[in-house]
Amino acid sequence: MRSLSACALMLALSGALPAQSPSYGFGRPPKPEEIYGWDIAISPDGKELPPGSGTSAAGATVYAAKCAACHGKTGKEGPNDRLVGGQGTLNTKKPVRTIGSYWPYATTVWDYINRAMPFDKPGSLSADDVYAITAYLLNLNDIIPAGQVIDAKTLPQVKMPNRNGFIGDPRPDWVSPH
Amino acid sequence: MRLQPSNRRRFLENATKVGAAFVAGAGAAQSQSPATEKPAPDDPTQAPGRPARPYGERSRFEKSVRNASGTGTSSLTPLQDLKGIITPSSLHFERHHAGVPDIDPSRHRLLIHGLVDRPLILTMDEIKRFPSVSRIHFMECSGNGFRARATAKTVQEGHGLVSCAEWTGVSLGLLLREAGVQSGANWIVAEGSDAAKMTRSVPLAKATKDVLLAYAQNGEAIRPEQGYPLRMFVPGWEGNIAIKWLRRIKVVDQPYMTREETSKYTDLMPDGTARQFTFEMDPKSLITYPSGGQKLAGAGFYEISGLAWSGRGAIRRVEVSTDAGRTWRDAELQTPVIPIAFTRFRYGWKWDGGEAVIQSRCTDEHGDVQPTLRDLVKARGENWGYHFDPIQPWRIQTDGSVLNALA
Repeated sequence: MRSLSACALMLALSGALPAQSPSYGFGRPPKPEEIYGWDIAISPDGKELPPGSGTSAAGATVYAAKCAACHGKTGKEGPNDRLVGGQGTLNTKKPVRTIGSYWPYATTVWDYINRAMPFDKPGSLSADDVYAITAYLLNLNDIIPAGQVIDAKTLPQVKMPNRNGFIGDPRPDWVSPH
Repeated sequence: MRLQPSNRRRFLENATKVGAAFVAGAGAAQSQSPATEKPAPDDPTQAPGRPARPYGERSRFEKSVRNASGTGTSSLTPLQDLKGIITPSSLHFERHHAGVPDIDPSRHRLLIHGLVDRPLILTMDEIKRFPSVSRIHFMECSGNGFRARATAKTVQEGHGLVSCAEWTGVSLGLLLREAGVQSGANWIVAEGSDAAKMTRSVPLAKATKDVLLAYAQNGEAIRPEQGYPLRMFVPGWEGNIAIKWLRRIKVVDQPYMTREETSKYTDLMPDGTARQFTFEMDPKSLITYPSGGQKLAGAGFYEISGLAWSGRGAIRRVEVSTDAGRTWRDAELQTPVIPIAFTRFRYGWKWDGGEAVIQSRCTDEHGDVQPTLRDLVKARGENWGYHFDPIQPWRIQTDGSVLNALA
């Protein structure tokens, strides 16, 4: 009895209301199409990936037209972020971080191209284009063979070379001899 | 953040709309010429002054400004000119990845969905009807400080991606309770409505602990470059995670491994592994006066002053050394000392006119002491760059000029 009234008092003091029912009633439920249009973050298991597919051959054409000006003819030349190569360099004095050498999940490649590229016209690529460019970049990095079809099912299964290269952060990690 | 100025510049030359807007903006900011202005009267008591005006401006004689980067993607707070602990909104640093969007708040919506019982769409008016919270907190860009090791001459150039303001908004925990978080939920994904659609994953425990969805900064609506009309403010954590122009919160089971938490904002260790999800900003302090690029007028009294902060709580102590680190003495802390906020420190010093190296180091409430660069290189090697927070020494030369002794 005492604990019950203490609990009620705490609720009253903190202004907290029961956790699992709405307290204020502001807003409205979204329509399915409102969620669908915005639900573009792709999880490592790929469950948000839309229908569509592409191969590196189709991707080469789109890449040349939409990406090469900033990332170079073969993804290595820049001027902006290098996308290809660098495998085996991460533990050297001059690490080269690219999709092939550094990115742990292939789903992130699809997600980022779809959300933010091309830089001057984000959101302008079709799902097929994004699958195709992703396939092209994975093939340029020797991660998938040339003919492989990349789609919602195959993309999350792609094993990235640096998949296990990320660790947690044990900070504070320094020893101060002060 | 390892910026590559020459590459970025070349890209901007190729870019269309966004680049052109940056260039035009930079030109306009430099067009105010004091030479064309009327001089102030010799005696301001001899004639009436100007009438009241609807939105205030500082005196035309005050010229302190943010340094814009050559790429237009960031601008740095003039820390050397700040007094006290609050950064005026006009001088709060900015960093964005695809420009500052122009958003009509009456059309802005926040979607909360995913592993929730009641998905919600909220207008800005509805968000402002919830109980509000105001807190004073610093915000620091994950990449702040790195330039101090290389080319930066001043505290602004080296460390200006940090500021401190009062933020007002609604508790994210409250909104998540409103939506009803389901079992199996462990993280949220937050997304902005800029052209980068900036996206980060945040552990649910932090999201429900102290995260704000902020719509106000220093008493008025947050500035466009800070995320107008709505930003997620994540106290003590790296600035990049504080998603601006917030349009969506998805409650999920696992981190989504977005580009900004895999390809960027991770740090390589010497063995080739990379540290990920480095969230909290470690304790850091800086002497902002005297600091690089300034010139002392001659031997005599100077009030050494600076700022300290920690993403893990309150600053407990700041020490100052004026003899290249041989001896340290406690500085005076401005009160109240607010957790996860700038703490202003002051230390009276009589300069004898000889060469001197001055520096500060802080200790936070957990006893963590700000490290030296050598401590950090020992712990992390040379291939990292985010969360760069070692002790910053300034070298004062006999002519009074102050140099960056870290570069």
